[in-house]
Amino acid sequence: MVFTSYSNIISPLGFSTKENYEAVCASKTGIKKILFPFSAEPFCVGKIDEITIQKHLLSIANSEAYTKLEQLSIMSIQDVIDQSGIDAKDKRNLLIYSTTKGNIDILEGAYKNIDANRAYLPVFAKQLQTYFKFAHTPVVLSNACISGILAIIVAKRFIEQGTYDTVIVCGGDLLSEFTVSGFKSFSALSNEPSRPFDTDRVGINLGEAVASILITNNKELATPYNMQVISGASANDANHISGPSRTGEGLYQSLQYTLEGKNTRDIGFISAHGTATPFNDEMESIAFERAGLSTVPVNSLKGYYGHTLGAAGVLETILSLESLKHQRLIKSEGYHKKGVSGNITMIETHEPKTFSAFIKTASGFGGCNAAALFAKV
Amino acid sequence: MKKHIISYAHIKQNQVSVNGTIMFSAAPSTTLPEFLTELYKSMGISYPKFHKMDALCKLGILCTEFALKDTTFLADNPLNKIAVVLSNASSSLETDRRHQQAIDDKSNYFPSPTVFVYTLPNIIIGEIAIKYKITGENAFFVSEKFDAGLLVSYTEALFSEQTQAAVCGWIEVDNGAYEAFIFLTEIQENTNKNTNFKPLNQLTVIELYNQTIWTH
Repeated sequence: MVFTSYSNIISPLGFSTKENYEAVCASKTGIKKILFPFSAEPFCVGKIDEITIQKHLLSIANSEAYTKLEQLSIMSIQDVIDQSGIDAKDKRNLLIYSTTKGNIDILEGAYKNIDANRAYLPVFAKQLQTYFKFAHTPVVLSNACISGILAIIVAKRFIEQGTYDTVIVCGGDLLSEFTVSGFKSFSALSNEPSRPFDTDRVGINLGEAVASILITNNKELATPYNMQVISGASANDANHISGPSRTGEGLYQSLQYTLEGKNTRDIGFISAHGTATPFNDEMESIAFERAGLSTVPVNSLKGYYGHTLGAAGVLETILSLESLKHQRLIKSEGYHKKGVSGNITMIETHEPKTFSAFIKTASGFGGCNAAALFAKV
Repeated sequence: MKKHIISYAHIKQNQVSVNGTIMFSAAPSTTLPEFLTELYKSMGISYPKFHKMDALCKLGILCTEFALKDTTFLADNPLNKIAVVLSNASSSLETDRRHQQAIDDKSNYFPSPTVFVYTLPNIIIGEIAIKYKITGENAFFVSEKFDAGLLVSYTEALFSEQTQAAVCGWIEVDNGAYEAFIFLTEIQENTNKNTNFKPLNQLTVIELYNQTIWTH
């Protein structure tokens, strides 16, 4: 069995999993309006408070030698190592890092004393390896918006294969002018807090976060949580590089493989990708209906964090595991009236519920989709 | 059941090698954009989408096309059970720099969605999926060097689930320097299918990767 274990989330809503879960349950959102130099109008984004970062930096030796993403990643991974007591140097341990853009702020000229080569993802990952003295070169996965959930699936596969016993999956991406201007050029951004699956949704809020979780076959590490990764799969739409399939083909296929032969009665909810773009949410609703999941309640956590890109799948899985642990469904923030054609059931209030499993999904540019099933042991 | 490498293609130094033999060669002074156009024309294929792609995707599509040529890979394997597992060192940095340039000058500010979409390395997986209608598993790894161990180990893990075949390799473009190496691997129930097929393992992949004797 492959278990999920200790975790950490660093986001506008807090610097630990507990802080983040409590904030979300209190319906706090990390989304704020920020004016960017390139645009006359402000955009709603999720940005981590700089002063709070500076306070937490005190725990990192020589922190000025690291970029912002490296600092946040070190904090997040350190928290997981501290909680679990695992030895980073152990040859049976691995770090998988999930990101779309890594140290992208180097390209924007954010640093004077940082080697520009750290814009290369393997060089970025090397900083983390050196800091923690990981025995193995970290595996870096960059697969658009499914990176985070795919990294958890990759970790599970390597553990089942017997290649490693314990994997720290860390996902991280920064809010940058690079991504904000790019998504704006697609007219995919919302000036207001995003409204996943709602009839008035107009687009994405971008956000930043780093989230880490331990995936392991070690029963002792799993004991405080008693939860496992049951299955997972990815699939491609083979349709368009920047737009989802109208029939939800890839997501439907991911769900089919993930749920094949599984008991779906105990699934309490689906943590959807739910970016709040018109096309993405529509596609997801169709895929969920096709997969026979119309009555399973759905949420998107993008209303609390915005789209945190390479961190999203890890962050949303961690909060969903908390949801499972506390037997409480998290409201889909920003949703009021159904605005998708697929027959789905949205979670409209925070509510207690008895359940033992959930599905996490994601879809992204390049036609990629992924789904994974998590359950109590 | 055996896992075999049935075909492979390698592009570097303005040459193309298929299954170890050089099939195409352009002058050493040819730049990457010129080389890609020349190579595309030489192949006699018509694929209008090709012209919209960035260099990374063009290189990946052409290398995959060469690896698939003269094989029955796409007919022998269910398209929804073919995985695409790729890797490189520079992610999409070549195109990232173009997007960054477009936003650096605030008085001449032109971010373009047609450039921005290529600022993700897995777009080449999407392009391969679209061209060949492959809908299986996806993964794009970013590693310092060509890592045969990682690709083989992950593909083996995929083969223990629903995946029956995979397009694997390395597609790298950085500051005009480039290299592409694609190998096709599949699970075969009939092991006598072709005695030229190579077993899927790390040492074999390294051997195939180093096999070609480049003439310039």
